This record gives sequence, structure tokens and C-alpha cells, in this order.
Amino acid sequence: MRLLIIEDDRESADYLVKAFREVGYVADLASDGEEGLSLADSGDYDVLVVDRMLPKRDGLSLIGSLREKGNRTPVLILSALGQVDDRIKGLRAGGDDYLPKPYSFAELLARVEVLSRRHGGPAEETTYKVGDLELDRLSHRVARGKDELTLQPREFRLLEYLMKHAGQVVTRTMLLENVWDYHFDPQTNVIDVHISRLRSKIDKGFERPLLHTIRGAGYMIRDGIR
Amino acid sequence: MTAFGKLIRTTAFRLTLVYLFLFALFAASLLGYFAWNTRRLITEQITTTVNVEVSEISDIYARRGLRGLILSIGNRSLRPGANLYLVTTPSGQALAGNVGSLAPGVMATSGWSETAYRRLEDQDNTDHRALVRVTEMTNGFRLLIGRDLEERRRLFGIVAHAAQWSILVVVVLGIGGGIFVARRVLRRIDAMTGTTRRIMAGDLSGRLPVGRSGDELDRLAENLNAMLERIEALMMGLKEVSDNIAHDLKTPLTRLRNRAEEALASSGSEGEYRAALERTIEESDGLIRTFNALLMIARAESGQARGNMDDFDAADVANGIQELYEPLAEDDGMILHVKTAPARLHGNRELISQALANLVENAIKYGKPVPSAQPLGADAVAGTKEILIEARREGDQILLSVRDHGPGIPEGDRKHAVERFVRLEASRTLPGSGLGLSLASAVATLHGGELRLGDSYPGLIATLAIPALPAASDRLAAQTQDVPQKVA
Repeated sequence: MRLLIIEDDRESADYLVKAFREVGYVADLASDGEEGLSLADSGDYDVLVVDRMLPKRDGLSLIGSLREKGNRTPVLILSALGQVDDRIKGLRAGGDDYLPKPYSFAELLARVEVLSRRHGGPAEETTYKVGDLELDRLSHRVARGKDELTLQPREFRLLEYLMKHAGQVVTRTMLLENVWDYHFDPQTNVIDVHISRLRSKIDKGFERPLLHTIRGAGYMIRDGIR
Repeated sequence: MTAFGKLIRTTAFRLTLVYLFLFALFAASLLGYFAWNTRRLITEQITTTVNVEVSEISDIYARRGLRGLILSIGNRSLRPGANLYLVTTPSGQALAGNVGSLAPGVMATSGWSETAYRRLEDQDNTDHRALVRVTEMTNGFRLLIGRDLEERRRLFGIVAHAAQWSILVVVVLGIGGGIFVARRVLRRIDAMTGTTRRIMAGDLSGRLPVGRSGDELDRLAENLNAMLERIEALMMGLKEVSDNIAHDLKTPLTRLRNRAEEALASSGSEGEYRAALERTIEESDGLIRTFNALLMIARAESGQARGNMDDFDAADVANGIQELYEPLAEDDGMILHVKTAPARLHGNRELISQALANLVENAIKYGKPVPSAQPLGADAVAGTKEILIEARREGDQILLSVRDHGPGIPEGDRKHAVERFVRLEASRTLPGSGLGLSLASAVATLHGGELRLGDSYPGLIATLAIPALPAASDRLAAQTQDVPQKVA
């Protein structure tokens, strides 16, 4: 995966480039808005990581002119402004995701991976399948092997989101945002409890667990063998 | 600017001038109309009388001839306040009447005319004016009958005089009144300006003087004072927050630093380093959370979040939060219920959700029944593990409440509990930032409501009371969702 990081703070930019390279991605760096725009315009990137406040041209206007030119590369906005309305402003400007600073790299990585998949991936499928776990989005049926599973509506949506991003790390905030549509940050481990309930329904009594906890990052659903 | 220059530049003075002009114009046109109409009326009267007399005299002439005419004219001329009469021969010689002299040529043209004249018996040499009608009779004799216009002139004079005086009085009174009003207003404005200057210079406790008349300036001063009150409160809040930040964020930062230092100093294994680093990350995550909460409170208190408001049902929020926290409560051995009725309001859904979430988190954390305080035995304790989220409308308020059956908050501590970073004695041992209730309270204030803490015998009932949407839209919403539901 090729990434372009547009960030003016040298230290955090270098940290990001290094961290992305360590997980095997190619990351280019632009340190101001104009350079970022011309690089994003010419290069073939899978995801752009854009800081909101940049010298020469600010992040939102950069995204705006990219979108005007018909460039649909997914953009993740990084910003010190983390409030709900700033978020909405960022997404309205054409961003695809918004991550307030300070962030953890695990969170950023998980979101970038989801974004790149969304961009290049196939159209929304009607059934998801991970190992012997199957979820039918139309009939709302979930089965593991031969056993039909009964899930609460919210558990179904939780599993649906996890399976849509099977093989990718999904963080707690991503779950709270996408499954519950809350953008605040609960002080307690609410999501973990929901996950453990879901886990007891889909994994309990089966030999191979599918729903994994990724330490320091979040959760991932995947067939253990892969 | 000179004092006078300031005075005539005031709105009050300028308005007075405009009114003055309008009033003068009005008075003048009224008097003018009056004068013109009287003049017309008098003229009409004269013409009618003259016409009647002309036809009477023509009649006499026709019946009794020249002699009768002369006799009749002579009689009429002698009456007090008589009209003007003159009869002339075809050659222009005066035969009878009371007119001494006339403007030349008047007798030669028939019909109406206005002319200067003198009476026969008049001693003075001044000319008078009269409206006269000249008629030619048979045999070339000419008859003039007319009426003095003195009356008309005098009346006109009176009106003109009145007009002059009244306009003078209006102008003098107007300018005087204008100066008076302008000075009064100016004095008060100057007082206000002085106060605002002081406030701008940094003395936020200054207030504008408010008079007792309750006029528009007083109302303005009252409103400005209310605004100043709010600004002062915000500034105080800001100061308090920065003090609290200094104090309460430095503590965890110090802890963080100490831990890192300790890890550096000890020659531990990789596992120990790893654990130290993990704890460091955890600690900084906690710091970030505290920061976010503080920012959110500051935003809610400053009213910035107002841009993001829409209409929604608080019942949905209550159900959503119950759904989110129910597993967590169950894990903690509590039971989280929700009871809702339609309760539509206008607000920031995200913030209200978060405020309610904070109340629920508090209830789960601190709302556990206290065994020693419950001497009623095991039965009573079982029931007190319930937490109830309620959303309903009461009057014109939406009440979103969370009720637990824990130890509650003593009445004296309730006000204190809402302040930032305050952690009551009972909760110090449990994790938390001490910002949950502050945020809930700030959110309620942002929406024009308040956070109420009360007793639920035993336990705490925390209620967000927020103004409801007007009833019409509420009825509309009630049609789609009319049965209060209970979800366990």
C-alpha cells in the first residue's frame, strides 16, 4: 500500500513514515499544503493522511481542490480539533475519516487499512463469510457451521461491521462510531463488554475462535488459519 | 468634539429637528388651508349678496324707472355697514351711490372685478379694496354694486399672524426640547461609555448604571449588565479551569514522569520495560481523555456547540444509552432499565447522549447498594441493584433522569459535586476524572436547562432538565410513538 502523509510537524511526520514502513507500507511525506496537493495529484496513492492545519494551504482546502479535480483517493484527516462539529466540517469538506490528535498509531493504522480496502475493495456483499461463520445481511441470519445463532439487533450490526472488515483490526472507537454512531469517548470499557457477549455467542463451544482481541489496538475477526 | 457639537450630533437631537420640520410644515399647511377656505367662503358670500342686490335693483329699475332706482340706491347707501353702490349715466357721470372714487376703467367693463375705492363720506385718504360687480342697464346706465374686502383682509392677517407665532413657538420649543432630551440621553450614554471604558480596561466587575424609569436605555443597560455578568462568569470559569488544569493534570503527568524515570533507572528485563511502557501509554490515554472532557465542557459552556443542534426525541437517546450500557451494568452485577415517553427537544444529540452516558457510568460505578446502610435484609438489597433511566416530558421540560439506589450524595455536597475535578470522599478510591457531572451540567446549561441532583431514598437521582419543543410538534411525534415502552 502506498500512503502520502501531509504533515508539517517534522517529528510526528517522521514517526509516521517510520511506523508505516515497519508494517510494510510505502509512505511518502509532504510538509506543506501546496507540496501535498501536487504530490497527491501526481502520485498514485491508496490513502492520504492529511493534517488539518498546514502551512501554505490548509488541509480542508487541499481536500476540496483534490475532490474538485475528481481525485477520489480516500483521505484521513488528522487534527488537534477533535470536537464533533470539527469532525463534521472535515467530513463535509471531502474527508473520509477523521482522527483527533493525539492518536495512537494502532488506531491510525486500523483506520487507514479500512479506508484503503474501501477504496479498492469489491462492492458491498450481501453475505459475509469468515471460516464457517456466515452472516446474511438481507435475511439477518447468522450461522456457524450447522448451528443457527440468535443475535440481538445490535449484536448483529456489531458482527456485521467486524465481518465487513474481516482480517483487519477494528478499534473500539471505530466500533462506537460505526455501530452505535456515538462520537464521544466513554470512560469505561463498554465496547469490551459488548464484544465479550458477542464472542460468547459466536465462539463459545467451537474449537477455533474467530473473534480475536488485538492487544493495544482493538479486535479482529478472522479465520485462525489464514 | 465640543460639547455642543456632541449634542447636535445625537440621534435624539436630529430626530427632534426632523419632527420639528414636520410639525412646522403641518401647522403651516393647516393654517394655509384654513385661510384659503375662509377666503373662498367670504368671497362666495359677497358674490351671493351682490348678485341678490343686483337682481333686486334691476327689478326696481324696471318697475319704477331711473327715479326709483336713484331713490332706492340713496336709501341703501345710508344703511350702516352698507355695500358699495354707484349708478352712472351713459356718459360716465355719477348719479347716485356712496362711492367717491374708483380705479379708472372699472365702470367701463361689465362683470366682476377687484378694485381700489374710496367712500364718499371717508375722511382719510387711504384706498380700500372691494369686490364689485358692474352691470349695464337699459339706456346705457351702469350700476355698480360691491362689498368691501377689509373683513377678508383682516381675517387673512389674523391667520398669517397666528402662523408666524405658532411656527416661532414650535421652533423654539422644539429646539429647546431637542436639546433637553439630547442632553439627558447624552449624559446617560456618557455614563455608560465611561463604564464600558473601565470594563475594557480590565475591570470586569463594573456594571452600567440602571435608572428606575424602565425605558429603553434602562433595558439596554440591564441587558448589557446581564451580558457582562455572563462574561465575568465565563472568565471566572476559564480561570478556575486553568487553575484546575494546572493542579489536576500535573498530578498524572508527574506520575507518568516518575514511572518513566523509574523504568530507566532500574535495569529490568524487557518484560518489565514493556509493562512500564504500557502503563505509560495507559496513563497518557487517561490524560487525553481528561483533556477531551475539559475541552468539551469548555465548548458547551461557551455555547459554541449551539451550531450543531436539531430536533430529536430524548426517548431515543435514553433507549440508545441503555442499550449501550446494559451489558456493562450486568457485568457489574447491576440491572439497567429504561422507561420512556415521547420527549422531543431541540439540542445537540451527541452532547446529550454523552451527558446521559456520564450519569449512567456514575450510577454503575457509585450506585451499588451499601449493605450496612440497608438493615432491612437481603430482600431489600436485591431490589436496589436496579438503575433506571427515564425520559419523559413534564410541563414544558424534558426530564432525562438516572436513578440508582446506592449511597447517594449528601445534600450539602450536591452543589459541590458538579464542579470540575471534584471527587467526593466516597469516590476517591475509584477511577475517574471528576468531570462527568461537570460535563452533564454544562450540557444542560448549554440547552437552557440544568442538572438536578436529588435523593431517591436511598440513592441518587440525577436529572437533566431541558426545555421541551413546543407542544404542537410533540403531539405530532406522539402519533408515531405513543405507547411508553419498557425495555429491560
